[in-house]
Amino acid sequence: MKGDSHLLLRRFSLSRAKEQAIQFSLFLCALLSVVTTLGIIIVLVNEAVVAVGPNAAFFQEVSLKEFFTDTRWTPQFADKHFGVLPLLAGTFLIAGIAALIALPIGLASAIYLCEYAAPRTRDFVKPSLEILAGVPTVVYGYFALVFVTPYLLKPIFQDLLGFDVGVFNAASAGIVVGVMILPMVSSLSEDALRAVPRGLREAGYALGSTKFDVSVKIVLPAAASGIMASFLLAISRAVGETMAVSIAAGMTPALTMNPFRSVQTMTSYIVNVSLGDTPAGSVQYQSLYAIALTLFCITLAMNILSQVVLSRYREVYE
Amino acid sequence: MNKPKSVFESRLAARHRQGRLFGAVCMASTWFGIGVLVVLLAGVTWQAAGWLNWSFLTNFDSRHPEQAGILAGLWGSLWLILFTTLFSVPVGVGAALYLEEYESNGWLQRLIQVNLSNLAGVPSIVYGILGLTVFVRMFGVFGSQPKVVALSLGFTDLEIPLPFGRTVIAAALTLTLLILPVVIVAAQEALRAVPSSIRTASYALGATKWQTIRHQVLPAAAPGILTGVILAVSRAIGETAPLVMIGALTYVAFTPGDISSPTDIITNPAGLAEAPFDTFTALPIQIFNWVSRPKTEYQHVAAAGILVLLTVLLVLNGVAIALRHRYQKRIRW
Repeated sequence: MKGDSHLLLRRFSLSRAKEQAIQFSLFLCALLSVVTTLGIIIVLVNEAVVAVGPNAAFFQEVSLKEFFTDTRWTPQFADKHFGVLPLLAGTFLIAGIAALIALPIGLASAIYLCEYAAPRTRDFVKPSLEILAGVPTVVYGYFALVFVTPYLLKPIFQDLLGFDVGVFNAASAGIVVGVMILPMVSSLSEDALRAVPRGLREAGYALGSTKFDVSVKIVLPAAASGIMASFLLAISRAVGETMAVSIAAGMTPALTMNPFRSVQTMTSYIVNVSLGDTPAGSVQYQSLYAIALTLFCITLAMNILSQVVLSRYREVYE
Repeated sequence: MNKPKSVFESRLAARHRQGRLFGAVCMASTWFGIGVLVVLLAGVTWQAAGWLNWSFLTNFDSRHPEQAGILAGLWGSLWLILFTTLFSVPVGVGAALYLEEYESNGWLQRLIQVNLSNLAGVPSIVYGILGLTVFVRMFGVFGSQPKVVALSLGFTDLEIPLPFGRTVIAAALTLTLLILPVVIVAAQEALRAVPSSIRTASYALGATKWQTIRHQVLPAAAPGILTGVILAVSRAIGETAPLVMIGALTYVAFTPGDISSPTDIITNPAGLAEAPFDTFTALPIQIFNWVSRPKTEYQHVAAAGILVLLTVLLVLNGVAIALRHRYQKRIRW
């Protein structure tokens, strides 16, 4: 009898050890996501701010002042200038055009899907929008270059209104990026609208409101924080968008607000440099990391802001 | 005395008109997205007509647009997806299990959760830079000449270059990091949908935590996890920017490990061991390359490539949606 319980105990402790080992390995899996974040920060900071290796880091050679105030970005030329402003301007020009398209249309379609559409329409529309969101960005770039510029922008803005529309231009890139982030705005805003309790709507109707009044004056303000958060996330996505912009907007760093000119964004600069042969350790190579760090900080700030908006300004109905 | 009422009634028709107009604008906005999708698909199909044929699927890229094909990209993407799935599923599901089943309300879980939503917002090109530094160059610690570590597999040697260089394995690891947040969140949702009564019943029968997870929770959550994995992987197939950073080749006349048809797997088993450490190209990279070429014929080649890529994605998405639909109906707790 004593031997039996001994055996049982041993088996028990063995299986407990196995349980512990499994829990530990699962913990490592979960930890990987934190390690990834740390990895991104370390990699970017290492080449951009403080160098561990033999080469000086980017910001040890180019001052922060030059980086943020110089208006020329010419790392490939003999006369090198590292002013990030043209790239920032290009990035936000395209993100701005994308926002002009995606935010109103996305919000309106969210209102339609949540307040107006019959369930059957929704069952058809939502998967279609998911497909639109799943189209690879390189396809959007092709679409901008081969369809939007020659068949939409040139006839309207060049032939009709007399603007000079380049083959590569910010407008076509902005339009396709807008289409790309549209499903995101629509689906996140719809979630926010759907979270508004029925009681508020019914109270509105009881007071003699029309559907328009209820949708715009009651549901929309009640869901404002969620809608703002979805806008911020979508714009941050537009800022980080790479392939469509590299293909359609061209590779000319320009401090301009003219949407029909070719511009370069932060992301398309990174693509441009990585397509060429740039030796590791050169200033031009390190400028990749400096730009990526800037991009990472901007998108991270927008993501965090959207979470803050969501948690601080959320109306809680329970 | 009945003035307010008459004001209400006289304005009511106008208010309803306003409402109908607003509804129509909202409806038009909804159909705008779908209209663009239709135009996009129709336009690409029109451009690709006559260019997408059997030889396009079986040829390598070429300087002559008529002979250009997508074989190298197809096999490259296939290898990438194979390894990305192999890496991301165990790690992603493992992380989700830890977060949902073991550490469901601790500070660590909250930290990881916030971190996950931030990671999902990091632009893919930044992952490309991470992959370039960590997997392709390995921080430069191995110097410029790669060192080769050979492992014997019996029938052939597995030769692992360090650093990995611009290889399939480096790209697959990068894509794994990229889609991991998506996989984890999808798996978490699937696990959360499993009712706790199933776990309690399993414990009551004397099962340990892992036995409960392995035999009860995971099988119940499997369809949901599978759907999430398919959607995440289909995102990885279309990703271009990180692969450009990693340095996927743009002009390639070979496939990884020289395996260019299913029969090669049997006739050339050594190729299987070579493929992960071979240089590569992928479907979206080839499309990007064709789009960038000045010759206008390449626009048609690019359209044909896009059609192949979209077909693959639509099939995968269709499978995911069908799976979701089927199990939503079948499972009743």
